[in-house]
Amino acid sequence: MEDNQTPQLTDDEKKLFEDLMPEDLDEILDTGVNRRHFLKLMTLAGGGLLAAHSAVAEQVFTRPLSVPSAPEPASAAIENGVNVSFKVNGAARKLTVDSRMTLLDTLREKLELTGSKKGCDQGQCGACTVLVDGRRVLSCLTLAATCEGRSVQTIEGLAQNQTGSAVRLHPMQAAFLKHDGFQCGFCTPGQICSAVALLEEARTGHASYVTENVRQTAGPVRLSAEEIRERMSGNLCRCGAYPNIVAAIQEVYSGKPVEQTWQFVG
Amino acid sequence: MRPFRFTNAKDAASAVRSLTGNPNARFLAGGTNLLDLMKEDVERPDELIDITRLPLTQIRTITSGPNQGGLSIGGLGRNADAANHPLVRQNYPLLTQAILAGASGQIRNMATNGGNLLQRTRCPYFYEVSMPCNKREPDESSARAGCGALEGINRMHAIFGWSEKCVAVYPSDMAIALAALDATVNVRKADGQERSIAFADFHRLPGDTPEKDTNLNHGELITAIELPRNRFADHSYYLKVRDRSSYAFALVSVAAALEMKENRIVQARIAMGGVAHKPWRALKAEQLLVGKEASDATFRQAAEAEMAGARPLSHNKFKVELSNRSIVRALQMAVNGGKA
Repeated sequence: MEDNQTPQLTDDEKKLFEDLMPEDLDEILDTGVNRRHFLKLMTLAGGGLLAAHSAVAEQVFTRPLSVPSAPEPASAAIENGVNVSFKVNGAARKLTVDSRMTLLDTLREKLELTGSKKGCDQGQCGACTVLVDGRRVLSCLTLAATCEGRSVQTIEGLAQNQTGSAVRLHPMQAAFLKHDGFQCGFCTPGQICSAVALLEEARTGHASYVTENVRQTAGPVRLSAEEIRERMSGNLCRCGAYPNIVAAIQEVYSGKPVEQTWQFVG
Repeated sequence: MRPFRFTNAKDAASAVRSLTGNPNARFLAGGTNLLDLMKEDVERPDELIDITRLPLTQIRTITSGPNQGGLSIGGLGRNADAANHPLVRQNYPLLTQAILAGASGQIRNMATNGGNLLQRTRCPYFYEVSMPCNKREPDESSARAGCGALEGINRMHAIFGWSEKCVAVYPSDMAIALAALDATVNVRKADGQERSIAFADFHRLPGDTPEKDTNLNHGELITAIELPRNRFADHSYYLKVRDRSSYAFALVSVAAALEMKENRIVQARIAMGGVAHKPWRALKAEQLLVGKEASDATFRQAAEAEMAGARPLSHNKFKVELSNRSIVRALQMAVNGGKA
């Protein structure tokens, strides 16, 4: 990574990190936030500590570490540049993209929303799943140029900012944490976006290949574990967290606590 | 990916005109196959014409013409919407099942009905540009001419209708159901006129020109897919057999549709996926079933009659017996209204 690409913490953010985990600060500054730090933060957030801690907690939690952005090249400077205006997580965005640029690269490289992940870049893994006009799609096979007027929601847009208190996670995010629906975490943003859309599809009665009678079209579909597995088959998890992912989705779907299949030891 | 010009089609007429004017241009619909192939450098268009905003998404009952009482499905509607439309689910559950057997929830939200028919083979020799492939490199003088799969790794390849030039299989599930349901494809031509293509004539066997997957001409736009009215809704089933239980291409798939009078078969339609360069209508099996009482013995007889014509390659002999059993199973499921 080039020097000018190193994540820069604001003074407030440094202070917050120092207070939370002084021994790790240098490592964070050198390597960025890794999963261990993330889990620490989550644990603190769960206990309400982070919320009480500082007004900047919210910022730390909801926006990626700021990277000084390169000046936007003029549209004439881009060969086959296309002007596109669309909404990302509720905010209007207007930019000029190379016609070849995928929505995934646009989110990650131009809009600094690195939650959506590039796994295979070929539509085979689902790590890049985002919602466009409320429907789950693969951002690696979507050209940004086709997104004119669309509304895009990414993993960064699922949690709700609440003024004066902590961020409230989307119920699906909270359920993935509770059920440990991940190991390395790389596929998780795509899994969660996919799961959020899946519940809406089931509510509106969409069938799947394992639905017993597709001719029955009235009302929502009942989501068995088999239905969830089939409907989530476009999201691969190399760590094999599938049982926990299904449990997390079942919890949000049913609205009732589902027993965790794991616990901390000692 | 190589550079290309991106344009938005204003209407069907100008879309067809633009494409006709540039032999290196392609329509962009769902993009789920085209963009992938462009990243792999297999497809190299210098212009993409985005047609997704054209008003060709409607699903409606046909009120006149040869398919009166049947269903018209817009070429640019999304696969997920076609699969879940109440008229499709009620009257053509075979089509719903076939669409839902393909790809993933995300891809079905993106892929269009017309685009689905134009999917290219997933043959790894076609996809890997360093390998020989007549489909990708039709020029015989090309250093990459030839068929890598013919004597290579051909477990996933054809057992019917292949040629020395190409042994690839056609990947769509949706199209297998459409073949069984006697669909027609409506196309807008470069001169602005429309033409209808019977489904059996839409896709091609490879012969000496494997680069041509379909009989669509450059500049033609799929406006709609028409399904005739039928009496198969009570007795149909789409069976897909694959290496993993979901999100994989078929080793073998069978679309079976029966019209029954009590236990007697009045009409039968069987189409197979994963076995040929196009949806394979099992006409021999169909003929054997008509007028017979439904029974496992009859189903086996029909399956064996069809599969007697199979020509497997070195790695896919298993597909013959797998097809035999899949035809029988799909027919059993169809008789029982889709239940085991």
